[in-house]
Amino acid sequence: MRNAFAEEITALAATDHRIVLLSGDIGNRLFDPFKARFPDRFINVGVAEANMVGIAAGLALGGMRPVTYTIASFAVYRAYEQIRVDVGYHNLPVVMVGTGAGLAYAANGPTHHSCEDVAVLRVIPNMTIACPADADELRALLRDSLKQTGPVYLRIGKKGEPRIHGTVPEMRLGRACVLRPGHDVVILACGTILSEALDAAELLEEHGVSTEVVSFPTVKPLDEPLLEHVFSARSMIVTVEEHGRAGGLGGAIAEWLTDQPRQKARLLRLGTSDAFLHEAGEQEHARELCGLTAVSIAHAIQSALKPQA
Amino acid sequence: MNDDVVTIARRMRRLVLEMSHRAGTPHLGSSLSCVELLAAVYHSWNVRPESWPNPQRDRVLLSKGHAGTTLYAALRTFGFLTDDDLATYAQPGSLLGEHPSPGLPGIEIASGSLGHGLNLAIGLALAARLQGWPSRIGVILSDGECNEGTVWEAALFAPRHRLANLFALIDYNKWQATGRSDEVTALAPLAEKWRAFGWAVHEVDGHDLSAIQTALSTPDADGRPTMIVAHTVKGKGVSFMEDDNNWHYRVPNAEELARALTEVGIP
Repeated sequence: MRNAFAEEITALAATDHRIVLLSGDIGNRLFDPFKARFPDRFINVGVAEANMVGIAAGLALGGMRPVTYTIASFAVYRAYEQIRVDVGYHNLPVVMVGTGAGLAYAANGPTHHSCEDVAVLRVIPNMTIACPADADELRALLRDSLKQTGPVYLRIGKKGEPRIHGTVPEMRLGRACVLRPGHDVVILACGTILSEALDAAELLEEHGVSTEVVSFPTVKPLDEPLLEHVFSARSMIVTVEEHGRAGGLGGAIAEWLTDQPRQKARLLRLGTSDAFLHEAGEQEHARELCGLTAVSIAHAIQSALKPQA
Repeated sequence: MNDDVVTIARRMRRLVLEMSHRAGTPHLGSSLSCVELLAAVYHSWNVRPESWPNPQRDRVLLSKGHAGTTLYAALRTFGFLTDDDLATYAQPGSLLGEHPSPGLPGIEIASGSLGHGLNLAIGLALAARLQGWPSRIGVILSDGECNEGTVWEAALFAPRHRLANLFALIDYNKWQATGRSDEVTALAPLAEKWRAFGWAVHEVDGHDLSAIQTALSTPDADGRPTMIVAHTVKGKGVSFMEDDNNWHYRVPNAEELARALTEVGIP
């Protein structure tokens, strides 16, 4: 996914001379083509994320379209006050890309995990937050992000994520996308976990549970028309995300749902545990620990569908 | 603006005192110490409302947002605000809050949280250079603000990028909220620190308008960003406030205001 980002931002920078790419000392070689074409518009700020966001806000005040890029955990937690005050309060068009989000850097330990980033950013006014599921969604949402007049956080994966769309979808920020029809259960998948959700739907289908799968990348603003539809037409809505159950897509929808006059469908939220993952292991292992593999997602949904005693 | 800059500074100082008294707002000592810094930069760079719509304008950023009254006094004196605007300061519904909020002509950035302005100024300086603009970017920091790590992230960054269009001024009044700034952290020797980081450093009397204006007049010939370390006195201009840190939070009553205005003199 990060390769797609590098390609896409290079292509976009050729058409928009205001685009400036700032890196927090990561992306070794990744941005060589960008640097070769636009040496003045690539800035390695160094290991200084707060400075990077402040500088990006200043660039935006000065009419540029800055895009910051670093590992999601540092991009958000390290620079939170700059995101809130410099970018959010001034409502500036800064695109902040957090790479290796969720558990993508599982093996690097909890310093590199970002399972609270959406939660803490979602409460900042003016923020738009999107978690593309694959390289194609990333391209579509990056293009749309650079058309916004306010700040955007793009929470992306690392590399080697399964390609789901195949071509760049007609996808905009704030709009979800139905990928698989079904009529019993609806899975709203946010981010790279979408591939597990699709596999889970296959497993559920084998057990006679017709499962719709929706790619739901934008956590803020929510696609309310789609939510209104599925919560009125279906019986169970399941959110799946590589993020804590508190404050992510599931949390956002739970808040939204509470304010709705009628609630027909039940909401089930699947996400990472309220714990730091001390165990070593790659993303796949971390997903197993959190119950976020296709098998455990399907199992959790089947359990929830059983009539309660 | 035909008034000489000394008169302008005196007028600004009166406005700062009046606003603090009328609205009952603190940070008076910190606001009085940077009057000459703002007067000098607005005056010497000719920052005026007429240039505000031009993105290529020179820009002045108040990073030490707790000196909001000094910024408003400058904006009044240089034609951005009216007396009626100032009368609303810190009143419900006013856009002139205790700390500056973005949105009004003349207010380049929101401030109030320390350690933001220099980083924003770097971004503006980069934006100006990338677009071939002649803009100069000025930013006023406090000495206590230099406790913040982001100031030093910026200190490392700007010389590397040769931002000669960046002019930072530190209001070195030797106090922060609860103590001497040289005692709270090892701030001194402050000018030497910035020199070591690669800035073109001018150490000036921060109440000597011509010294400040000289330092602001030309970008560094070697392409370095400029740092003006301005030695100032907290509460400057009012004998019973000078170097007395109680006036970080105290608000003058009517009698104290009258005495202070008498000392400051006729505008």
